[in-house]
Parts: sequence; C-alpha cells; structure tokens
Amino acid sequence: MQANFIVEIIMTNKEMARDPVGATIKRDLLAKKGYDMISNVRSGQYLRIHISAENEENAKEIIEDMCNKLRIFNPVTQNLTILRVSKS
Amino acid sequence: MNIKIAVIQFPAANCDLDAIHVLNNVINVQADLVWHNHFKESNYDAVVLPGGFSFGDYLRAGIIAAHSPAIDEARIMLKDGRPVIGICNGFQILTEAQFLPGALLRNESLKFSCKWVNLKVENNKTACTNKMNVGDVLAFPIAHGEGRYYTDNLKELEDNNQIVFRYSTESGDLTEEANPNGSLENIAGISNLDQNCIGLMPHPERASEEILSPKGTVHGKLFFESIIDFIKRRVS
Repeated sequence: MQANFIVEIIMTNKEMARDPVGATIKRDLLAKKGYDMISNVRSGQYLRIHISAENEENAKEIIEDMCNKLRIFNPVTQNLTILRVSKS
Repeated sequence: MNIKIAVIQFPAANCDLDAIHVLNNVINVQADLVWHNHFKESNYDAVVLPGGFSFGDYLRAGIIAAHSPAIDEARIMLKDGRPVIGICNGFQILTEAQFLPGALLRNESLKFSCKWVNLKVENNKTACTNKMNVGDVLAFPIAHGEGRYYTDNLKELEDNNQIVFRYSTESGDLTEEANPNGSLENIAGISNLDQNCIGLMPHPERASEEILSPKGTVHGKLFFESIIDFIKRRVS
C-alpha cells in the first residue's frame, strides 16, 4: 500500500568550505542592524520532494539513497540533512 | 593523421562556438560541435567540454550535465587515455562527474568575475601543457561566478603533481591579490593522475588570437597545440 509523502532536505556547506553567502548576511546586514547576538550564519539549499512510498521510513530511505547515488549534494563540500518527512 | 575533436554542446553552453572556431580556424584541426545526447566517443581523438551554463547550472553548476549520456561516453575516453578537457563550466562538470577531485564553489567575492588573469604553469607533462614550460606565466581571461576551487585532499593533489595552473601575478608570484575567486592555494586548473583529463576555470579559447588579447598574447594556442601534440604522440 503506497501513500504520498513530502520529504524536505537541506544542503549546507561544510564548516571547512567557507560560506561567503552566510558570512555576508551576518556581517553586512545583521551585524550592521544591531543583531550582534548573532554569531554565525550558514546558507544552504532546500528541496521539497513529493514522493510515493510505503511509509515515512521508506520515503526517507529512497530519498537518502537517491541523494547519495546522484550526488544531489556534493559530499566534498556539503552536508545533507533530512529536515522532515510528512504526509502530503 | 586526421585528428578529430568533439566540442560538446549542452543546453545553455555559450563558449562552444568559440572553442570550435579556435580549433577549426586557428589550430586548423577538425572539430565538430556535438549535441550532448548525440556524442559517440568512437568518432573522436579528444573531447572538449566548453564553458557556459549547462542546464541553467540548477542545483549546482555542472551536476546535471555530469549525468548526461555525453559524460558516459567521455568516461570511456578518460579510461583509455584520450584527452578530456573541461573549460570553466566544463571543469565544473568534470568535478561533479568525479573525473577530477574537489569542487568549485561560489566565488569568495560573491561576484561574477570577468577579467584577464595570469596563470603560472605548474606541470608541463599533461595533455594540454606539454608545449609549455613549468614556471611560464600565461594570460587567459576568466568569466565565472563559481570558480573557487576546493578540495579536502590538497596534499594528495600536490604529491601527485595534479595541480596544473595557479593564479599568479604577471611575474609568477602566487599572491592573494592574484587569486580572483578565493581558490585554495590559487589553484586554477588540475589534472587526473593519468594527465589526460584537465579542468581549468580560465578560457584558453578566448586567448588564442591577437585581436582578442589586450597585450597581444596568444597563450591559448599553446594549450590547444599541446592537445594536438599529445594525440599525435599517443597514437604513434
């Protein structure tokens, strides 16, 4: 029995690979507007994927496998996080 | 021998015709523009992946093209030692296809950088540098937004002599100011272990004719002449 799910993933640059987008947001916007309690910002990419699967665990497994196999994230420079799996 | 080189055309390529022009009219070899779904490696002695924005550079520059049929064909050439050359977006494709190690990240300035730079030759044994000397400084233009080379294995690259070009000053000094995008150790181009696959961000095809060059240099010709020489020596 298949059901429909939404899997949300984010990809962020590893700490070792500098992230000028996050650094610019922090330095040139947040810090200049007085948000000096903010110590770090990292940018990333977000994908919201609709998928038909047996259950939430199965949906997560398919997406993880796909991301690794097709290099949806670049393992040299990025980390992959599965943010959420929900019913659609 | 009748040398034939393929220049692969991906959707949104924009330096493909420049590469074809230089190969056909400046270097005087047969180069064919081949749509990425139609490429057959058996017809060619070398393949060039040109610059541009393959598939809109969606997800990451080069990743979608890296899964195209043309790359499966190019992989056969990679393994049997024929030259596989990636310029700019082609370099991004070669890293995403894992022909070459590392990755190309957003320029540190966050700006698209379009200007002439100086490159120091670090290895003259490769398929595209054998007509150069180590230490030569070449003038090539760059035009990219994602050219910051990064690898988590720099030592291996250095130990294996895989660094082919570094950004330098006109006198060959590897300074921070000479580095246009924040690349690790000023790296502008690298090769695989067998030295038949080279990727670089700068554009040799835009540096092969006097009329295009601010100082009248034609260093790009050496790059393409090296490829021809490599093919001839490989076959003989």
